[in-house]
Amino acid sequence: MRKGKILENAKVLFSSKERETSAEFLKSVYKDLKLNYPKFFKMDLLSKLGFIASELLFRNDSIPASTALIFANSNSSLQTDENYFESMSSFPSPGLFVYTLPNIMLGEISIRHQLISENCFLIMETFDAELFENQILANIAAEDGAKAVCGWVDLHSDEYDVFLSLISAEGELPFNAENLQNLYCSK
Amino acid sequence: MINFLQNDSIISPLGFGTEENIVALRSGTSGLQKHYNKRFFPEGFYAGLINTAKIDEHFSDFDDPAKFTKLEKLIMLAIGEVLQTSRLESLQQTALVISTTKGNIDQLGRNEFSKDRIELGKMAQIISDFFEFPHNPIIVSNACISGGLAIKVADDLIKSGKFKNAIVAAGDLVSDFVLSGFQSFQAISPEPCKPFSNDRQGVSLGEGASAILLSSEETENSIKFLGAATANDANHISGPSRTAEGLFSAIEKVIQKAKIDRFELDLISAHGTATLYNDEMESIAFSRSRLQEIPLNSLKGYYGHSLGNSALLETIITKYSLLNNELFTSLNFSGQGTSKALNIISKNKKSAINLALKTASGFGGCNLAMILKNC
Repeated sequence: MRKGKILENAKVLFSSKERETSAEFLKSVYKDLKLNYPKFFKMDLLSKLGFIASELLFRNDSIPASTALIFANSNSSLQTDENYFESMSSFPSPGLFVYTLPNIMLGEISIRHQLISENCFLIMETFDAELFENQILANIAAEDGAKAVCGWVDLHSDEYDVFLSLISAEGELPFNAENLQNLYCSK
Repeated sequence: MINFLQNDSIISPLGFGTEENIVALRSGTSGLQKHYNKRFFPEGFYAGLINTAKIDEHFSDFDDPAKFTKLEKLIMLAIGEVLQTSRLESLQQTALVISTTKGNIDQLGRNEFSKDRIELGKMAQIISDFFEFPHNPIIVSNACISGGLAIKVADDLIKSGKFKNAIVAAGDLVSDFVLSGFQSFQAISPEPCKPFSNDRQGVSLGEGASAILLSSEETENSIKFLGAATANDANHISGPSRTAEGLFSAIEKVIQKAKIDRFELDLISAHGTATLYNDEMESIAFSRSRLQEIPLNSLKGYYGHSLGNSALLETIITKYSLLNNELFTSLNFSGQGTSKALNIISKNKKSAINLALKTASGFGGCNLAMILKNC
């Protein structure tokens, strides 16, 4: 998900008609997917991005409860931190404060899909395919037949960059850092 | 393949360096004191804070204290001590893994440093560059399990063969940001926190940094890291699960992974934040895993909850419990306060300790369990 566009396996799945803010974009996609999940509206933008992307990723598959979530981004929860910081001068909001941690999106995704699985949220300056590869292999090896999601969900100055990839024992493309990097870079 | 926990350092309200901290724990000293915050706690609050002048005094051996933020200095002091005592030949095969939840969040809205210092990546880079680590630092930010998760990430990196060693460091501050946030949840205790106790009233926050060397080589006074596992509750983002699903699952996974007999555990270093729901949840997890008889403590009564630092700090203390065959009191416990009874350590004592479980839980429903063993 980048600049108002969603690609699924390199095909355009959704494209905004006009330039929207990230909040408007997410609302349009939510409607387009005909989702009915009231908790969505309580989430901060970062969690909404991760949530929508995982809805798309999981929509055609059954997802085992052991599916590991290995996520990262560059800007942590900075945009929400700034919003919470503003609320501090009037009434500090617990509903905002809880989202000032980037791994909250892993909780949201786990609740939605009932995943009682490994979580890891890393901060990387840019998408680091080798580090993802290392962490995903380590977590998949720990459980036989386990799947993993490699997730990059970054938000800064209302610009978003979201890439999710499902890693499992089946599939066409071998899992390695090079293929992961190429997928992330594909436009 | 097993990795070993070697030299470490703790920078906390109880001392600069691990030794001072252990001495304080032996004498039952708490780092929690009453402090005042005009904006959010005019009546005062209990927390474990570290005096800035004292940090600068120690840091001036390294560099000009004005060039770095409070948290950067704390983490650098911890890493500096580990590097100094470890005498690694070079850092070429050493990873740097840094755990923090909020980094330099106290700098938000201030103009003392360049604006990008608020980014966790920038902060880590400054620390890494100072010690001339040749590889990019790796940052773990997964709420209050981060300090333990950072050891797991380092363990995975060494096992992949990319590195021989890793310096795992952690740090977080008590900032207005975090203080007001916990207050907005009405989670701050009006007195020093009382983990697992029937009269507990919430969290006391703490600040500090710690660091440890994880290595593929065994040395004198090292401890075996037998593994760690995490699991999400899939229940609620800010409230612990009533069935303790995630923590229970993490404990069961790591017991299996480490191939240990659970009844041989000699110590549980729990998370124990002293909120009503967290401690109750932990008691359910330990009971479900049939660990209710194992001696257990929470160290939050000494240090407060130092967020991304806490699990690493508490792992280091657990390491010394193993090395010295020493159990530390779970401070401020007055009586059983959870629906499932636990074996809370009520007195410092010497006891043979060979195998320990460390746990942590955090916002977002995350949970972690790890196993440490004497060599």
